[in-house]
Amino acid sequence: MFGFIARRLAALIGVLLCVFTLTFFLIRMAPGGPFARERKLPPAIEQQLLAKYRLNGSLWQQYSEYLGDVLKGDLRLSTKYRDRSVRELLAQSFPVSALLGGAAFVLATTLGIWLGSLAAMRHQTLPDVLAMLAALALISIPTFVAGPLLVLVFALHLGWLPVGGWHSPLSLLLPALTLAGPAVAAIARLTRTSLLETLQAPFLRTARAKGLSENRVVYIHALKVALLPVVSYLGPLAAHLLTGSIVVESIFNLPGTGSFFVNAILNRDVFLLGGVVLLYCLLLMGMNLLVDVAYTWLDPRIRLEA
Amino acid sequence: MLLTRGWTLGSVWKPDCMKPTNSLRPGLFVRMIQKPAALVSMLLLLAICAAALLLPLFIGTDPHATSAQTFLAPSFDHPFGTDLNGRDLLARTLEGARISLLVGCTGAAVSLVIGTSVGLLAGYIGGGVDAFLMRTVDVLYAVPRLILIILAGFLIDPWLQQNLASFQGGRWVGYSKIAILILALGCIEWLTMARIVRGQVLSLKTLPFVDAARVLGQSHFQILLKHLLPNLSGVIVVYLTLTVPAVVLDESFLSFLGLGVQAPQASWGTLLSDGATSLNPVRSHWWLLLFPAAAMSLTLLALNFLGDALRDSLAE
Repeated sequence: MFGFIARRLAALIGVLLCVFTLTFFLIRMAPGGPFARERKLPPAIEQQLLAKYRLNGSLWQQYSEYLGDVLKGDLRLSTKYRDRSVRELLAQSFPVSALLGGAAFVLATTLGIWLGSLAAMRHQTLPDVLAMLAALALISIPTFVAGPLLVLVFALHLGWLPVGGWHSPLSLLLPALTLAGPAVAAIARLTRTSLLETLQAPFLRTARAKGLSENRVVYIHALKVALLPVVSYLGPLAAHLLTGSIVVESIFNLPGTGSFFVNAILNRDVFLLGGVVLLYCLLLMGMNLLVDVAYTWLDPRIRLEA
Repeated sequence: MLLTRGWTLGSVWKPDCMKPTNSLRPGLFVRMIQKPAALVSMLLLLAICAAALLLPLFIGTDPHATSAQTFLAPSFDHPFGTDLNGRDLLARTLEGARISLLVGCTGAAVSLVIGTSVGLLAGYIGGGVDAFLMRTVDVLYAVPRLILIILAGFLIDPWLQQNLASFQGGRWVGYSKIAILILALGCIEWLTMARIVRGQVLSLKTLPFVDAARVLGQSHFQILLKHLLPNLSGVIVVYLTLTVPAVVLDESFLSFLGLGVQAPQASWGTLLSDGATSLNPVRSHWWLLLFPAAAMSLTLLALNFLGDALRDSLAE
């Protein structure tokens, strides 16, 4: 187990380095630069700026210096939000995104697993068909349609919930629902397929023969094994939800990290982009590691090999 | 939203040659149209494509023609109403359908070519090549897709502009944004396809018929194209049906952010973005959001249904 984790950590560092390198070179090679404006800066000033942010010299020099700084824990200054460090920007916005993403994650997991197991238990009956129809509809409606519609109905017409902003726990509900929608559908579909297969396994016949109630058979014995594919989907999902979404943040006017992903590219804000990509990548790798460990708990037949 | 969607291939895929009964292909179409959901989806998709291509000829309204009649509610003259600039929303929605479906289908085709080739090569050659290609896929998975798509677009942009300007007197320059979308989305969406194809090839290449073909003196290239690829067609078609809605969704997402199709051209994403901004408590122009949203969601729903039905039919 510890050998396995150590090995995965080594692989993690490799992937992290590759992703970091890839994003740096892609954004530096894209046309335009962090200081390109509609009115062109005098060359001397642009040189000064590039030198200040250590973006002068060859690409390789810039890269190796930046990598050195990141290894020392310095994420550098944002080139767009002048005089603010990337670390500070992330520290302010990540809690918002993480809270919202966490709420959406809990919502998506509970609703999705419940819907999926309901459909599997009533296989080929009306509840099954309706649940799967609802799931497909949720996948087919993009968040940027679902969000405004939810606002229109629950905030503007009914007036039950706030339109947007970041004031009370209630203002969390609509964005969390919007964010969770497609994930609920994906989890429900995965749970249903996997549970349908598991329900035919011999160990469940044993459980039933022991005289356990059907609910106990499904929810305690079968679901634990059936959740394996769902759990491997939950890893990337968590990383994705926790880092925020630009659509949800712009619709509900939230100060999260999601918008940095796009705005950093548009502003050619090299270091901010590097920061958010590292954050996302670390979360993704961490979650995947967690998933692997969770596997052994869910299905004792699985052993983690070093 | 821009996450790898939760598609799995359900139960473990069995290539045709591993199944007890042979030649499943002739009955596939029959089995498909026997499923009501699949039949309805196919008819709906046909209807949407026909409407997008043929209806403009009959109604004859220019989707770009502006008029003084702004924000008209749906009526007989303008079944879907009009927008901020007095343009007919029906004509705009149909133009959006053409562009969105064009990007969706060709983008998925690009991803099909890349994903299948990478998956075939990785699975068949194995060893170092396999490890290298699959680690590349892992790394690309770890970068947020949105970032890759936008950056790929930026990198392709200057090269494409230059080529289009010199090609046929620059007649196609207006379409460069659409071409960039197709290329960028296709270049990013192949990851899952490559993984699936590789997994299939790994199990297929250990089967006796591959050895038999080798012994008969077939080259590796022939084995890949004539023996492995036909056996993979099922899984590829299924995944392709699921990639098209994913690409349509991504395109609309980018257009919604203002990074995709540029005005005055319309795609479903730009129409939805206009519609979403026009919602307000004072006077909401609901038709601006409702009709494009309905058109797009129905199309995606039909495509997803079709993909599911295909997968089930092939797994039977």
